Amino acid sequence: MNLLNLIEDIQTADPEFKDRISPRRAAIKNITSFGTKVAAAALPFAFSTLFKKAYGQTATRSVNDVLNFALTAEIAELGLYNTALGRTNLIPAQDRPAITLLRDVETKHVTFLKLVLGSNISSTNAGLSFAANTPNFDYTGNKGSANTATAPFPTVFTDYNIFLAVANAFEDTGVRAYKGQAPFLLGNQTVLTAALNIHSVEARHAAFLRRLRAIRSGAAIKPWITGDGATASGVPAGTLAGTTAAFVYAGEANTTQAGVNIAGFVSTSAAQESFDEPLTTDQVLSILTNFIKA
Amino acid sequence: MKTTTQEDLLAKEGMARRSFLKFAGAGAIAAGVVATASSCQKHGGVVGDPNAIDLGTGDIAVLNYAYALEQLEAAFYTQVISSPYTNITTDERNLLTDIRDHEVAHREFFKTALGGNAIAGLTPNFSKINFADRTSVLSYAKAFEDLGVAAYNGAGYLIKSADYLTLAGKIVSVEARHAALIRLLLGIAIEEDTIVNVSGSGLELSQTPQQVLGQANQFLSGKPLIAPNLM
Repeated sequence: MNLLNLIEDIQTADPEFKDRISPRRAAIKNITSFGTKVAAAALPFAFSTLFKKAYGQTATRSVNDVLNFALTAEIAELGLYNTALGRTNLIPAQDRPAITLLRDVETKHVTFLKLVLGSNISSTNAGLSFAANTPNFDYTGNKGSANTATAPFPTVFTDYNIFLAVANAFEDTGVRAYKGQAPFLLGNQTVLTAALNIHSVEARHAAFLRRLRAIRSGAAIKPWITGDGATASGVPAGTLAGTTAAFVYAGEANTTQAGVNIAGFVSTSAAQESFDEPLTTDQVLSILTNFIKA
Repeated sequence: MKTTTQEDLLAKEGMARRSFLKFAGAGAIAAGVVATASSCQKHGGVVGDPNAIDLGTGDIAVLNYAYALEQLEAAFYTQVISSPYTNITTDERNLLTDIRDHEVAHREFFKTALGGNAIAGLTPNFSKINFADRTSVLSYAKAFEDLGVAAYNGAGYLIKSADYLTLAGKIVSVEARHAALIRLLLGIAIEEDTIVNVSGSGLELSQTPQQVLGQANQFLSGKPLIAPNLM
């Protein structure tokens, strides 16, 4: 493998390559001068990381970008719980305290993020066309369309099991969204720690909802995410709902972490479950877009 | 401890050093070399205090910190499954077996990733736990999981590599899932003010490495873990 030639080839195909990897030029320099000391086998992974950084999600996002993005996700979750709790015949009496707790904690997250953002709250949250304080959601997943035949979750506020499935998808999306934003907050003790402290709470919520679904309806779903299909979402594949849910779990079948084959230690499903995967900003937005009136 | 140059370490650690580089990725190579050169420790060796296991410096220290906690958790659940508590249900056994496998996956991941920079295998001391009693087992499971979440959250900002930070993030949410499930098995609220500031910000209460190690060391035989560089 000749790295220098490869870089030149890429430079020919993509004149902006060096600009894309600009912050990483020092790393490339290190690869070349370090070459003799690094086993050849180590290079493919090292290089693939470099590519991910160059061509993956946008190189930098400000702290305010991240916080506004988080606020969007939290407002979406809060609206779901508030609407559900407002329906008299949706949530069984024995589950109301738990769902109310989830709602209350999401309310606190929204309050916290608004407090931290102060005057930096975006009026076009994370690029979505609604103001932070006037969300306009369609929790049937139909982008506000009146055509119910195209709605993945038409009974979200009349069928408790469907409501739980949608809430579950929102919480898991929240977990994956915060995880994907964390690198933008690298080393920021205050904001990164706060984001991590919300991230784990979202994961607690997700696991609770998953367990509740398994107990209530016998859904073949665990508190942790198994693979990327119906075993991850508990929603039947081949349906509109299944197709929508599949986006939420894209990439969760991964069993290789930092070049280490986790399935070499445990079963494939345990290898998938033991690491939750991040979603990029764009992946999260493409999920949320389904639930926002166009 | 005498000063050890980067070349000395590379020569001594050979393949282990290479496997770490394989894990580290391009962006982290330079940082990894610096961390190794300044850590002056290998194979759980001791720096300064001969009566303790020093986790090291930089990202290596954070990874060893995680490796230590995962060793504890994996050992705990391995014992839970090999000697199940009285009247364990099939459902509970399946869930706890999953958790054991996740913790084993985490432990083995860190061991492989750290290579020659890993601390030694630890010897847990679970003498306080009554493995025949459901409440005892699940209460300690809750304690370990909540501690794990608080530990990863509290150490995140100390991580210098974005790749490591993402990896820690991938693991901590799984620990939080475990914590929530254990709480449901115990029949208690999924969140309360001792672990999540429910009545205030709604944020998890993260803990510093110093706070966490004080608790983790109670479950270890032999030398305690110290992390003077994780402040």
